[in-house]
Amino acid sequence: MPTKIEKDTLSGRDTTGHDWDGVKELNTPLPTWWVYTFYATIVFAVVYSALYPAWPWVNSHTTGWLGYSSRVELTQELEAQAKARAVFVDRIRATPLAGIAKDPELFRFALAGGRSAFQTNCLQCHGAGGAGSTGFPNLVDDDWLWGGNLQQIYTTIEHGIRNADDKSRQSLMPRFGADGLLTGAQIAAVTDYVLSLSGKATATPEGAAIFREQCAACHQADGKGNQELGAPNLADGLWLYGGDRESVYRSTFYARNGSMPAWSGRLDEATMKMLAIYVHALGGGR
Amino acid sequence: MPSQAVASAVSRPQPRYVEDVVRAAVVLTMFWGIAAFLAGVVIASQLVWPQLSFDSEYLTFGRLRPLHTSAAIFAFGGTALIGTAFHVVQRTCRARLFGGAPLGWFVLLGYQLFIVLAATGYLMGITQSKEYAEPEWFVDLWLTVVWVAYLIAYLGTVMKREEPHIYVANWFYLAFIITIAMLHIVNNLAMPVSIVGSKSYVAWAGVQDAMIQWWYGHNAVGFFLTAAFLGMMYYYIPKAANRPIYSYRLSIVHFWSLVFLYIWAGPHHLHYTSLPDWAQTLGMVFSVMLWMPSWGGMINGLMTLSGAWDKLRTDPGLRFSVTAVGFYGMATFEGPVMSIKAVNSLSHYTDWTIGHVHSGALGWVAFIVFGTTYYLVPHLWNRPGMWSTRLMGWHYWIATIGIVLYITAMWVSGIMQGLMWRAYDELGFLQYSFIETVAAMKPFYAIRLLGGVFFLTGGLLMAYNMWRTIRGEPARVPAAQPALAA
Repeated sequence: MPTKIEKDTLSGRDTTGHDWDGVKELNTPLPTWWVYTFYATIVFAVVYSALYPAWPWVNSHTTGWLGYSSRVELTQELEAQAKARAVFVDRIRATPLAGIAKDPELFRFALAGGRSAFQTNCLQCHGAGGAGSTGFPNLVDDDWLWGGNLQQIYTTIEHGIRNADDKSRQSLMPRFGADGLLTGAQIAAVTDYVLSLSGKATATPEGAAIFREQCAACHQADGKGNQELGAPNLADGLWLYGGDRESVYRSTFYARNGSMPAWSGRLDEATMKMLAIYVHALGGGR
Repeated sequence: MPSQAVASAVSRPQPRYVEDVVRAAVVLTMFWGIAAFLAGVVIASQLVWPQLSFDSEYLTFGRLRPLHTSAAIFAFGGTALIGTAFHVVQRTCRARLFGGAPLGWFVLLGYQLFIVLAATGYLMGITQSKEYAEPEWFVDLWLTVVWVAYLIAYLGTVMKREEPHIYVANWFYLAFIITIAMLHIVNNLAMPVSIVGSKSYVAWAGVQDAMIQWWYGHNAVGFFLTAAFLGMMYYYIPKAANRPIYSYRLSIVHFWSLVFLYIWAGPHHLHYTSLPDWAQTLGMVFSVMLWMPSWGGMINGLMTLSGAWDKLRTDPGLRFSVTAVGFYGMATFEGPVMSIKAVNSLSHYTDWTIGHVHSGALGWVAFIVFGTTYYLVPHLWNRPGMWSTRLMGWHYWIATIGIVLYITAMWVSGIMQGLMWRAYDELGFLQYSFIETVAAMKPFYAIRLLGGVFFLTGGLLMAYNMWRTIRGEPARVPAAQPALAA
């Protein structure tokens, strides 16, 4: 129901004759380039959806002339990557850890692969450079809880520490305070003794006696620890959970018993070997 | 011809329009705008300096981020849409709002309550973890009530209109109101754990849930942030420019093609996921076909200015609206490009997406709201113009520079991030760890923050200008008056 068609003097076009609160419309045809570009996108859509899986049916869908599948594409890409690395990876699998370290070409490949795996799987706890943080061991120094030679590092990676894996490294420090094995005063005395091993406090005879009875079995009489049991060296001044009096007291009172996942089952053997080589080479390997 | 238009409009009696609600909506829009920009600046700062969460659960990025997105989309954008929809529908239908002021106030204030419930919930950790649909079931129910009231008020006004035809702006607003109702209800179907608890479980699971979520999410972009603001554009640009709409036919064809195609494009948010390949293909091709229907709105917006381009020099408000249409055109080209799977494999999950969203949110949505508000404030409060045209000009340039800084920083950062993720070294191992990409992006986060600070500053200038205008002080720059009063 056009009310009054007018001619717009500026464009020379007619209006449609409507007027809404002073707003009018010109009767301009669709821009040709707009129409043809729209048609072109429709043609593209039709062709593309004929080539690729697209239109659903009741229980299935068109699969497309190219037979494309994103699952197949992913598998092929992973296989291509694996194939490209296969020569080296096969050699790594076949060579003992010590042998890899002696073969410069293999060693270089293992370092690169180990670094890549470390950046994906390990840095969340141990830090991008492997320097760790409170509660997460520093892998750059030569203070090792469970041993720092290639095989020991490999075993730690493979089975982890204090987890559900059958061969996981296991040991349990008692919760001396929380479970009432020692009184607060006794723990304070043994804390001073432990700190005295690195010259940070003055020991009392009582503290020394408690250490001999309760601690030396694992941490050894000289406090230098035992890597068979994952018992840390208490005399080197390096601390996983802090070396101030308060932290050492808490470590004794509650115990810490940190855990690390087992990587066998998540990473293949070659990757774990490369990780062991990489971690060993970070600076502290024995 | 302009004089004829004015004459014909004046010659017929006008009903008594409900305008208090619109005035309140304009002020609330400004308030929520500042809140949204400020929240954006805060979380952008947290990405540069993570310690700014102060180890408080209430200030973590995870809680403040939905606060920012909801404040921008639903509080700022939604309040602007309710206010302008009521303004436009009454005037283009020449009919008083259906339900009168009481229904209008219920919709506006009910919607404000929804915003407050949603926002306080986010801070307390109450969320159903669906992007742009975070509010829990009780908030969703309340919004449904308000939204149905909104539909009744809007549709009722259209039905009792005095004009023989329905103006195109109303088609867009109506498509927005109806579609958002449908999306909101389906995506938020959930079973509360208890009638007195906030926790609920969503009715959908797994990949179906993901698909429904992005059917909702993408059409929140399509119908909330695109169609509805096109409705705004279709009324306020011809009014401010005082020119007829360029093409009636284009408005019809692009409206129907836009609403038909948009609803299928959601799967492009789920490329290379467990969503079946066929759905990904359809999401992509429908997105590509959306290009021209989207651009139809841009053509109609820009070409309506032919013959009135000189007004851009004197009216910064119109300059905002026209720049908005330009950013709209850019974002609606970038969108189809990013939906192409080969491009998406690089862009997905990177900052490029964030940049794309903000060229739409800042460049299109916020700018068209600014342009509209600069038109509406003098109009609604019966003032000769804004208090200061010069301040409007400052706002324009500061905000534009802010957007450019923001988008370019995110383009560079996003493309770099995508390339670093897929980089292999010469032995075939992934070259970068995730944290190395984060470290590389830090300078661009700082540039983005600067862009956000610019945008917020512009918003504060606007709020001040608005306050002085409403207080009734005369315009300081008389040169602007002829353009505004024409």
